[in-house]
Amino acid sequence: MTRARRVWTFALALVLVAVVWELYKWIGPQDGGTVFGWTILPRANDQAMPHVWDMLSRYAQPERRGSTTSIFQVVLSGAWFTFRLALTGFVLGTAIGLGLAVLMARFRFVERGLLPYLILSQTVPLIALAPLVVSWGGKLHVGGFEWPRWLSAAVLGAFLAFFPVAVGTLRGLTATPPASLELMDSFAASWRQTLFKLRFPAAVPYMVPALKLAATASVVGVVVAELSTGLAGGVGRLIIEYAREATSDPAKVYTAVFGAAALGLVLYGLVTLIDLVTMRNRPREAGG
Amino acid sequence: MSDAGAKAVEVRGLSKVFNAGRPNEVPALVEIDLVIEPGEFVSLIGPSGCGKSTQLRLIANLLEPTSGEILVNGKPARKARLDQDYGMAFQQAGLFDWRSVVKNVELPLELKGWDRAKRRTRALEMLDLVKLTEFADHFPWQLSGGMQQRVAIARALAAHPPLLLMDEPFGALDEMTREHMQAELLRICGETSTTVVFVTHSIPEAVYLSTRVVVMSPRPGRITDVVEVDLGTRRDLDTREADAFFKKVTEVREALRGIQPAGIEPDIEQVVEEP
Repeated sequence: MTRARRVWTFALALVLVAVVWELYKWIGPQDGGTVFGWTILPRANDQAMPHVWDMLSRYAQPERRGSTTSIFQVVLSGAWFTFRLALTGFVLGTAIGLGLAVLMARFRFVERGLLPYLILSQTVPLIALAPLVVSWGGKLHVGGFEWPRWLSAAVLGAFLAFFPVAVGTLRGLTATPPASLELMDSFAASWRQTLFKLRFPAAVPYMVPALKLAATASVVGVVVAELSTGLAGGVGRLIIEYAREATSDPAKVYTAVFGAAALGLVLYGLVTLIDLVTMRNRPREAGG
Repeated sequence: MSDAGAKAVEVRGLSKVFNAGRPNEVPALVEIDLVIEPGEFVSLIGPSGCGKSTQLRLIANLLEPTSGEILVNGKPARKARLDQDYGMAFQQAGLFDWRSVVKNVELPLELKGWDRAKRRTRALEMLDLVKLTEFADHFPWQLSGGMQQRVAIARALAAHPPLLLMDEPFGALDEMTREHMQAELLRICGETSTTVVFVTHSIPEAVYLSTRVVVMSPRPGRITDVVEVDLGTRRDLDTREADAFFKKVTEVREALRGIQPAGIEPDIEQVVEEP
């Protein structure tokens, strides 16, 4: 698909979601529906499902009565705050993931010993982990270094981000064609030279999808961390605050939710940019 | 570069057993003796499973022998590999997709730590040798199979090694490209006075290229015959149609007759082909 067509289909998909939303509002039961006694159909009233145009126009209105800043500005600055945390978490997680992948590719016993724990680590609920990281960080005093509260959120983003990077990169580093490895051997290349001149470049197609997963995972990690540690200033905190006003101002919470979603897309876009740069001279498989 | 008086390749009492001591033990090569003088072009020919590729990999020190001795350029094979005393080309050109043609040729020089300007100059010289100068900035996937294989040869010879090891390098090419590549290879090796060990299973290819054809048989792999080919150093299209050429082709074919082709016991053959 050409790039222009991709942008078009993306815009079309957004419009389609809005249309389905409004359609349901129109035909759906106002106070929810029951099928065979089960309440499964969501309520279609304005309080539960505000109109698309109400949500969008809410951006232009002030955050609260008497305030001069529009909600757009508030969500934007919250998203910017969260973005910086997510980016820190993404970079940190990627560095850790790459390091682990190289270690596991170099020493098989590390892979055998470590991989089960990496998988186990991802089953720990983030909500449970968040307060722990905050309290550990608070106890950490190395020299004059004080652990800032936002760093805990970034660390939690990294905690979700490192996993796909480690697994995807390991897969890529060990999928090098044997003939190419033989060639490097015939040139008496060291393990390090083989790593940087062959294994890593050959692993890029495996790493890009992993980095895309990591980018969105780091946003999720940071947003959840904001919620569960009570860190103020980010879009995660806005979601909680606005959700409390849902009865009086139902469109408000959606402005923050969309802000968080856009954030994930921006980070995802950054990775796509990396993909385009590193793969610019390579043959693309059809549909890739 | 090569020690005075040293043989290009010296193989004595070489044996190779895969999976030694296990139930699926396979003797791949038994008691191989082979001496190759500098400037020779030696082909190893035989049915699949005769261990010709294994022998090439042992000379290249990509495999360790079970017993016996291998000297390359007068040095133990391992030392020769670390000194980059040989270049190698495989059936798949094996160019790196993410490197331009000229950067692919620079690879061995880069690994040796040459500086940028010096290796670029040498790589362009090599591309000139294989007549691909105008494709220096192309990427491998933009080239035909024959052109890719020429780049692979340029890469193998970039550090000017005295020895070139080739494992069925033209096996994946069509007949016409193949004949052209054979002529090109002879020209290139003549200009660079490189010794070549060439694995093939094409009889005409072996005869056309070689000064000596080593005939091998499978299970266990051993040398059954050596055919000297004295067609002179200048070989061209007429060579392929000369009586002397056909006589040599017949001679090699006779030597290969009576060798039971592998494939009757395919499981063993596969083990040997994929060590």
